[in-house]
Amino acid sequence: MERPLTEHIRAEGEPPTLAEYERTGGYAALRQAVGKMTPPEVRAAVAESGLRGRGGAGFPTGKKWGFVPTGPGESRPKYLVVNGDEMEPGTFKDRRLLEGDPHGLIESTIIAAYAIEAEVAYIFVRWDYQTAAARLGRALAEARAAGYVGRKVAGSDYGLEIYFHVSAGRYMCGEEEGLLNALEGKRPTPRAKPPHPPVVGLWGKPTIVDNVETMAWVRHIVGRGPAWFRGLGRGAEGGTKLYGASGHVRRPGLWELPMGTTAREIIEEHAGGMRDGWSLRGFLPGGASTDFLTAVHLDAAMDFGSLEQAGSRLGTGAIVVLDDRTCPVGFVANLTAFFARESCGWCTPCRDGLPWMARTLRAIEEGRGEAGDLALLEEQTKFLAPGNTFCALAPGAMEPLTSALRLFREDFERHVAEGRCRYGRAGE
Amino acid sequence: MAKIYIENIPYEVADGQNLLQACLTLGFDLPYFCWHPAMHAVGACRQCAVKQFKDEADTKGRIVMSCMTLAEEGIRISIDDPEARAFRAGVIELLMTNHPHDCPVCDEGGECHLQDMTVMTGHAYRRYRFTKRTHRSQNLGPFVQHEMNRCIACYRCVRFYQDAAGGRDLDVFQWHNHVYFGRANDGPLENELSGNLVEICPTGVFTDKTFKRHYARPWDLQTAPSVCGHCSLGCNTIPGERGGRLRRIRTRFHGEVNGYFLCDRGRFGYEFVNSARRVRWARVKQKEVPAAEAVAHVAALAGGGRVIGIGSPRASLESNFALRALVGAECFYSGLAAKEQALAALVLEILREGPARAASLHEAACADAVLLLGEDVTQTAPLLAASLRQAVLTQPIEIATKLNIHRFHDAAVREALQKEKGPFFVATADATKLDDIATTVFREAPEEVARLGFAIARGVQGDAPPVVDLPPERRQAAGLIAETLRNAQRPLVVAGVAGGSAEVIQAAANVAWALCAAGVPAKLLLVLPECNSLGAALLGGGDLEAAAQAVRSGAAETVIVLENDLTRRAGTETVEAILSAPHVVVLDAIENATTARAEVVLPAATFAETNGTLVNNEGRAQRFFQVFEPEGEVRGSWRWLGEIEQKLKIKNEKLKIDSDGEEKRSSVPQQSWGLQRQEEAERFDEVVAAMVRAMPELAGVVEAAPGAGFRVAGEKIPRQAQRQSGRTAVPGEASAEERSVPADADTALAFSMEGYAGIPPAALVARYRRPGWNSNQAINKYQQEVGGPPRGGDAGKRLFDAAGLREKPYFSTAPAAFVRRAGELWVTAAWHVFGSEELSVLSPGVAELSPEPYLGLSPEDAAALGAKDGDLVELRIAGGPAHRLRARVRPALVAGVATLPAGLGELAAMELPAWGKAVTIGRTEGGAA
Repeated sequence: MERPLTEHIRAEGEPPTLAEYERTGGYAALRQAVGKMTPPEVRAAVAESGLRGRGGAGFPTGKKWGFVPTGPGESRPKYLVVNGDEMEPGTFKDRRLLEGDPHGLIESTIIAAYAIEAEVAYIFVRWDYQTAAARLGRALAEARAAGYVGRKVAGSDYGLEIYFHVSAGRYMCGEEEGLLNALEGKRPTPRAKPPHPPVVGLWGKPTIVDNVETMAWVRHIVGRGPAWFRGLGRGAEGGTKLYGASGHVRRPGLWELPMGTTAREIIEEHAGGMRDGWSLRGFLPGGASTDFLTAVHLDAAMDFGSLEQAGSRLGTGAIVVLDDRTCPVGFVANLTAFFARESCGWCTPCRDGLPWMARTLRAIEEGRGEAGDLALLEEQTKFLAPGNTFCALAPGAMEPLTSALRLFREDFERHVAEGRCRYGRAGE
Repeated sequence: MAKIYIENIPYEVADGQNLLQACLTLGFDLPYFCWHPAMHAVGACRQCAVKQFKDEADTKGRIVMSCMTLAEEGIRISIDDPEARAFRAGVIELLMTNHPHDCPVCDEGGECHLQDMTVMTGHAYRRYRFTKRTHRSQNLGPFVQHEMNRCIACYRCVRFYQDAAGGRDLDVFQWHNHVYFGRANDGPLENELSGNLVEICPTGVFTDKTFKRHYARPWDLQTAPSVCGHCSLGCNTIPGERGGRLRRIRTRFHGEVNGYFLCDRGRFGYEFVNSARRVRWARVKQKEVPAAEAVAHVAALAGGGRVIGIGSPRASLESNFALRALVGAECFYSGLAAKEQALAALVLEILREGPARAASLHEAACADAVLLLGEDVTQTAPLLAASLRQAVLTQPIEIATKLNIHRFHDAAVREALQKEKGPFFVATADATKLDDIATTVFREAPEEVARLGFAIARGVQGDAPPVVDLPPERRQAAGLIAETLRNAQRPLVVAGVAGGSAEVIQAAANVAWALCAAGVPAKLLLVLPECNSLGAALLGGGDLEAAAQAVRSGAAETVIVLENDLTRRAGTETVEAILSAPHVVVLDAIENATTARAEVVLPAATFAETNGTLVNNEGRAQRFFQVFEPEGEVRGSWRWLGEIEQKLKIKNEKLKIDSDGEEKRSSVPQQSWGLQRQEEAERFDEVVAAMVRAMPELAGVVEAAPGAGFRVAGEKIPRQAQRQSGRTAVPGEASAEERSVPADADTALAFSMEGYAGIPPAALVARYRRPGWNSNQAINKYQQEVGGPPRGGDAGKRLFDAAGLREKPYFSTAPAAFVRRAGELWVTAAWHVFGSEELSVLSPGVAELSPEPYLGLSPEDAAALGAKDGDLVELRIAGGPAHRLRARVRPALVAGVATLPAGLGELAAMELPAWGKAVTIGRTEGGAA
């Protein structure tokens, strides 16, 4: 089984130096791209691979790149932004790549920037990822010294400057357009679309924003071809995916597996199954803003298409497991509190709706629920639907709640009716 | 035009609008908060949701924000859709989760947009049962009261303050539902337009702190259309009164002049009307006398011959004219010192005889390239700053247009534009508060500013007069500016008289004229010092030195001074000469150094207590109307003077009959209003008619507003709001007695709540209130198209337009280069929005923000004088008396030039610029000794 993204990542210690990285074939794809390929050829390769964004939305990367205006009269400069502001609860995949393979990310970034003909690239890293920041900083200095970054990338006529920026540390900084505002030194409120970033992005110029895991693929696709990439997946969707599992499983962790691996395999084989005495009641397949699935969905392939059919989303591919001894009310109360806290405060439904729901959920959890609370929550989940709010934060926050209210209805009802939690304090 | 379908009914709407604006224009009631017609849409509040359908067959539809959706051809929407209604009610419910239920004690109550929108959506019962988030509010200075707990986070305040007004000290802080709109620390808001927050805020977060001190419920206020008297722009206002006290000023929308906004001096400078220093009763020789006795006394003096009148640029055309009519044109003096008069006359000459049209504020905002010469307009004409901040976006907007971003989509436009600014060139001696948007800033002495202007004109048209000895790099810069202006579609040249330099104004005119000659329709915006400076220039008359000469020569024995504190205007010698006349009669509203010297003082009405016409800096005649009946024997000056003339006329006729024409008194005016009965002499419209007869160039004044005979459906326009509580409630705090309504024979307005309840012509709009719309957002309903001109057109009338291209030659002489003098300073006037203007400074808040008199020094000159910031220095100007002032080091000020704050205390009458000498005499406590 191939693990292109993580094969050279070490379990402990410092990541490969430039020399070590080059010894394993590093920067060969870059030389190939800038030396032998035109930008449209690179774009075509990525488009052909069918690579879909690993940040959560799953938008086809090649298609997105195609929106960048090229040719005479285009707006300059153009920017590439790598989104490493990984703050989705339960998700820690980008961290692995940032800490373990900084040169891999840098190489891919240069190739992607070349593909969209960008002059400047930014790598935007979550505030808490200090180790990643330090390692990336060192790697970037090495790459610059080696002539991979700068006026003449790998001796070609292509010039690229890469900056890396550590986020101020809010969930909204990871939202595509909130990130752009944050980079510009503004409040990370989302921007209205259209115009979309490929046309009007950073500093008002064409900009592509891609997730770290998505970006990491670029050098492999260029180096080994789109067909190879497509062949890595189990189903229709190509590549491998960094899947995570957390909750009361035996071995919480992160694994690079073929795209379309089932949840059952991830939870039962790689994570070692549930801890003794705990059993699975449900799981969030892709981070905190995806719908709950239950045991009946364990055999669903963890890819974009299959999970959508199952009524949820692949999201970040970070499975969060809910077990039979943890109260689902407390579980979603925590999640909703997180989203209420991370609302940027720009639009009314999110800013004022989420805190109300969070407090209602907390009240229910703590035995202060009232008749009508569940109806109110259901009403609000519809109220915070996509399109009603300014960005996707609140609708995302509604996904676990909506599904929990449906799947674990009895728990909510008993909380309200009995005024207590039948599980005792969560997790005890 | 685009055809849109609302509830399946087709409507025609203008192209390029958003649905919200289109629906409001069509008369639909759709709630909104974050959108504002002057600031466009950002989609934050989600209040204006409607249902959009794909086509006729689509019954499901989807919720869209009407402010963010183009009203494009064929679009089908429903406002009434149950889901859309529920959504809008839901948004209000959420906003209300934290909004306090303090309407009964909130100053916004009764004119609160949030109240209106809450009622409109039907949300009534509170389901949220948890505690509300609370904030600590801030002290934002003397004008704006802050109550953050009421905030619904619509973001309008920061968008106005930062984007429209250019302020930096109000911002959004914090996160999620704790977002906080305020300053980093307590302290007065620094922007001159901060008071607009009061009207921009849809609820009671920002309220009028001056109003709070003498609060009245908005529906209990008596209001009338008015015009601001605190600078030359002539912003339209609605003052509100209750119980004989003026309580506040609000904006009256004017499409060409002030739009939706006012500056802080205009909004908060009104309190002089309530001043303890008001003259309330007539007095003769320090003794209060009945009005009739005072009138008889003055008539006797005037009848004695050798009488001159001194007018005023802060009095109305009508009052000035009444004086001119009383004393005769040849004995009428403008009330301006020689230099000020010459400058005002120069501006009038340029605007009337030159080819460049005077720009309105709206036209200024539409300019696509701006040259600003010699003046920090943020201090002399503050609202102009907002227009110029908009003008620098005119060219960059093209970037958004090319990207198919609609203008209404404010956030997207700003993202596309980023920091892109159109051409804006500033040349002044010291830093201005517009430097942040300038393409290039030139820091030069006034003479050099004028030379730069002359050189630019020369760069535009080769036949414009040359500038000798201009350094090559400056010549090159002038050439580049000339090219930029020439390539613009609507260039604008801004200058003003505050700097006291005729050459700067001439340079501005030359640039605009050269552009016109080159086929570019350039406009000129020249700022004058006072509300009727241009009116005074139109009326003409000699200057104060000439008046002094008339007294010295014995030609004048009686001097009638109209609303003019001479001691602020001219040097001691001139003023002393005038006030040493045997008889001095002063009409004024406020006790001042001139009233103190008068034999007769007549209590003049302020703008709020009488009617009148002012001519703004673009030549627009605008009418202000009496708001309330003042306490005491206060009357409009025009009325006092009319009564005096009437008295005199009766006496003269009697005299004529008695002596059968044997003796003709030389100074007794021959003109008369030709009135038959005394009561008619007091009619305002008659004064206007007589003025227009005497001075045909003022013909437009008649059209400035409908006359006293104007009625709608036979009814007058009420000054009071229609209420259920009845008219006795208004004076209810004093008495429950039914009072008779004071008659108003002078105007089409009534001192009553009875009258025409519909929308009158803009010049007669006394309030903005329509059913369901009790806040100023009701302005929508008073406009032809939301955001556009008022129904029936804008108020006021331009008295003249620019001349054709033909005759007017360029001003031919550029000044010589500025040469510093060793040991001397070229002292110029620095205008301050708070402090430089005579009347507004009587408002406590304005006084609080006024600077202490100071001497502004460049770092180089300060070093040469050994003066540090705050040190005491002694300044002598042209060998005059010594003035002790604090030194203020001005980092950007040109070396060799010093600044003195204009209009402050003993410095007010100083004629600047002038050469002065300064010595450092002491240290402050904290200074390095």
